[in-house]
Amino acid sequence: MIYLDNAATSFPKPKEVVLAMNNFMNSVGASPGRSGHRLSIEAARTIFDARENISRLFGADDPLRVIFCANVTEGLNLAIRGLVKPGDHIITTSMEHNAVMRPLRRLESQGVELSVAQCSFAGMPDPDDIKKLIKKNTALVVINHASNVTGSILPVAEIGRIAGEYGIPLLVDAAQTGGCYPIDMEADCIDLLAFTGHKNLYGPQGTGGLVIGPRVDIEKMEPLKTGGTGSRSEFETQPDFLPDKYESGTPNTVGIAGLGAGVKFIMGEGIDRIMRHEKELTGRLITGLSGIDGVTVYGIRNPDAQTATVSFNIKGMQPSEAAFQLDDEYEIMCRPGLHCSPSAHNTIGTFPHGTVRFSLGYMNTPDEIDSALDAVEAIAGRKDK
Amino acid sequence: MSSRCYGVVLFESTTAALKAEKEAVRAELKIKLVPVPRQLSSECGFCLRFEWLDMEKVEGLLRDRNLKFESIEKLS
Repeated sequence: MIYLDNAATSFPKPKEVVLAMNNFMNSVGASPGRSGHRLSIEAARTIFDARENISRLFGADDPLRVIFCANVTEGLNLAIRGLVKPGDHIITTSMEHNAVMRPLRRLESQGVELSVAQCSFAGMPDPDDIKKLIKKNTALVVINHASNVTGSILPVAEIGRIAGEYGIPLLVDAAQTGGCYPIDMEADCIDLLAFTGHKNLYGPQGTGGLVIGPRVDIEKMEPLKTGGTGSRSEFETQPDFLPDKYESGTPNTVGIAGLGAGVKFIMGEGIDRIMRHEKELTGRLITGLSGIDGVTVYGIRNPDAQTATVSFNIKGMQPSEAAFQLDDEYEIMCRPGLHCSPSAHNTIGTFPHGTVRFSLGYMNTPDEIDSALDAVEAIAGRKDK
Repeated sequence: MSSRCYGVVLFESTTAALKAEKEAVRAELKIKLVPVPRQLSSECGFCLRFEWLDMEKVEGLLRDRNLKFESIEKLS
């Protein structure tokens, strides 16, 4: 079995992640910070440790500004719906995932103006285009850090500096980069960073969140949901302090225990080492695919400018058929189709059929890449006859 | 036997209390997270207990590390 669907969910996980979740379920288990007894305090410490490590990983200085959510989608919704009001204007790019596009299109139908900066055929936006779209009522710029279709890494810091000049907050969807690419919210001029736990942070599904930078005024950011927080129980109104303002209801503590262990694993290995390994595999894959007759590779096709996600097509074959043959005959798992990103596929010219996507991870080996290349070559060759 | 005098720092959230606990442990202060004593009003399930002799050190740490807290109370 060869797992090449890490851009959807990374697998397998480091053993430390499973151990941490097992340990939490067996030995802690209580509600975090709700009750004040030792297990409740231990559960709260588990969450706090994860908060602290995540803030460190992303160059944020205050763990209290790390908000845990069910996934990156919820983190993005919290930022977008919390900050934008009818009459405001938002700028985004044509390479976005539906986790960004759908909340924005919904707001558009409710009286928010939306501008979508058209990206190049390789999936790159021109920061000058973003600048030209800025208006008096622009309230937010939202961009992907890296495309989940082509892996192309967007010029976040450059766009962040432009937005910053106009005092407009930049929200970055780091679903594809958090954990496998260096992120420093301060240096990269990121005001809000939405992250997911189950991809490159090696946590389980059902974890993710939003890191709120120091320039964002939380008095002006509405919560997505309200409810019990374990704090200020005597009041029936939502607390106005962090993280409680945006975290209502008992959290996914076992998931966060796993996520915290995943982040520690990354810090132990070092992002540089993870990147080096993934770049080597990505280069091997791109070179191999580019040499197969009838295979088209999309995007920037440069391991130094993209994540370990590569989209391609086999001439004369639907992506779904190619992916089925890869799984059925070669036990290679990947994801065909539109990858929840119709706009990105429109940009690179692969809408509506999409692409075959191989998304590699730190756990993959060069041998696995070679086997996958052999399989693609066999399928493409068969197609010619 | 235990004639020690304690004080507690109250915080607005459990997360703020945990952040302060970590800093206090790093600064090698003798502290413990305990449930908020009933007679004190607070907005959080637990608070940071310390020996009253260390009051100045604790207050200094809170200020130096910019740790937001509600109040410091002496336990009688």
